[in-house]
Amino acid sequence: MAALTALTATELSERLGRGEVSAREVVDAHLDRIAATDGVVADGAVWATKPAGDLGDDEVHAFLHVTAGAARAHADDIDARRAAGEQLGALAGVPLALKDILTTRGAPTTCGSRMLEGWVPPYDATVTELLRDADVVVLGKTNMDEFAMGSSTENSAFGDTRNPWDLDRVPGGSSGGSAAAVAALQAPLSIGTDTGGSIRQPAALTGLVGVKPTYGTVSRRGLVAFASSLDQAGPFARTVEDAAQLLALIQRHDPRDSTSVPDTPPDLLAHLRDGVDGLRIGVVTELQGEGYEPGVEATFRATLERFERLGATIVEVSLPHAPYGLPAYYLIAPSECSSNLARFDGVRYGLRVDAPTAEEMNAATRAAGFGPEVKRRIMIGTHALSSGYYDAYYLQASKVRTLIARDFRAAFEQADVLVSPTSPSVAFGLGTKTADPIAMYLNDVATVPASLAGTPALSLPAGLAEAPDAPGTALPVGLQVMAPLLRDDLMFRVAWAFEQDRGFAAIPTGPRAVEGVA
Amino acid sequence: MSLSPDEVRHVARLARLALTDEEVTDLAPQLSAILGYAEQVSEVAADDVTPTVHPLAPSDVTRPDEPRPSLSRDDVLAGAPQVEQDRFAVPRIVAEEG
Repeated sequence: MAALTALTATELSERLGRGEVSAREVVDAHLDRIAATDGVVADGAVWATKPAGDLGDDEVHAFLHVTAGAARAHADDIDARRAAGEQLGALAGVPLALKDILTTRGAPTTCGSRMLEGWVPPYDATVTELLRDADVVVLGKTNMDEFAMGSSTENSAFGDTRNPWDLDRVPGGSSGGSAAAVAALQAPLSIGTDTGGSIRQPAALTGLVGVKPTYGTVSRRGLVAFASSLDQAGPFARTVEDAAQLLALIQRHDPRDSTSVPDTPPDLLAHLRDGVDGLRIGVVTELQGEGYEPGVEATFRATLERFERLGATIVEVSLPHAPYGLPAYYLIAPSECSSNLARFDGVRYGLRVDAPTAEEMNAATRAAGFGPEVKRRIMIGTHALSSGYYDAYYLQASKVRTLIARDFRAAFEQADVLVSPTSPSVAFGLGTKTADPIAMYLNDVATVPASLAGTPALSLPAGLAEAPDAPGTALPVGLQVMAPLLRDDLMFRVAWAFEQDRGFAAIPTGPRAVEGVA
Repeated sequence: MSLSPDEVRHVARLARLALTDEEVTDLAPQLSAILGYAEQVSEVAADDVTPTVHPLAPSDVTRPDEPRPSLSRDDVLAGAPQVEQDRFAVPRIVAEEG
């Protein structure tokens, strides 16, 4: 029998349902894996991460806090109820890692920031509630770029997360900890959040399936806000079916989130296995070519041949305003961030640095609590929203958003789904892009258009390619599939057909891969 | 768009961020470069285009104005840096009269 940590969520849930394994055994196996590979101090009810300087270069550092005691207690409770004959949910007893930006009552939520170090939220996010109600066992909270701002997880105040495929490379970001936990077999499932690509890009760089659902279909209540008009939580998994199972649990209307849409999206699983025969797959002209690594381009071309062999028709489509997506995003997201992060003022929660007056206290607290990238974005956003600049920046960018949404609608007249590479590059080396903010922002060039349009988009493994800076390497490349609003089901169907034919095993390989995965 | 160090200090005041001189020196060219890049959006003629803030829900959402349970005072105050008499405590806001 394969190690429990190598099984998918679907396989685990089948074995749990047949009574071949207990939830406690499953949870303990994953906690052991975390203790062996992550760099946490595995002691007591809540395991804390080591200080950044003490982390070894073979430790993944996916988790910021592991709620081992609560996870074991939840697993024991599930086992007792199953033994008593209670009917349990599809993923009951399956462990999950939660990004440290979703609030958890009684367990720390830091958003990767000194500002919230030690803060324990008084309530569960709606996503957290839905997972607990479904008896999914939360193992702990994962590392991230501070307040979800970044594409490499190097902006965390608590140290870098390493890519399980090559521990000297980044896992992507901002949900890098959630991606690394699943790729390192520390959890079969995790939740991340995606504002401009923060689920899809790390999924691509770590060989996983990662999903940004249609905007408004997953509640944002308890998701600490970065850019409210773009933020969405979604799943990471090692298979398309696992990702669909997890999203099906959390995708529902929430009257406590005013941006939650009342529409019920189609069932994600009913047509998962229908295949792509007869579907039109649109290749986006603007999301390829210059700026994309040759290995990424070649892998993407090969995916198109595979789709044709499976009976789909490839059509070339244009999103003429897509080149304006990234500049529009880097006005909209910082503007909304500067407004949302105004709440961190040293008064109601988190850090306070004392000073004689309230304004000096606010400014000193924010100077000490925020890292360089968060400060940079607050400054951009504050300037863009300041008197005399709003029309030229935020308003104009919001109009570009409308034009991009129109482009998508026109493209979906010609094609059922759209595809592109998820990221222009494979995983890059730790520290190689931190000096140049714009070079880092270019990671999002292919993911931002769907974010601005609100359309669902996912990344799934397309294959392996060589990193330009390291001949002989074989690192994951992601394929992005985008579907019309509320047609999340269609993108899962396309992704499932590709995955079955490709047969990609999401298990890290290579000389610097995390230990013990083979 | 190019931001001078004084303009950076002005924005920092609006943002309630106490920046060091070194941070101001670093941020001035960085912010200028990012804004210069983002200004491409002005190349798009969009005078007659409605801005988008939510792709699916065009109107405000309301709920019935009925009382319902909320967090307890103890829960809300538990995370505060300083509490006095069941309230958030802050330094002086209004200057003393001379």
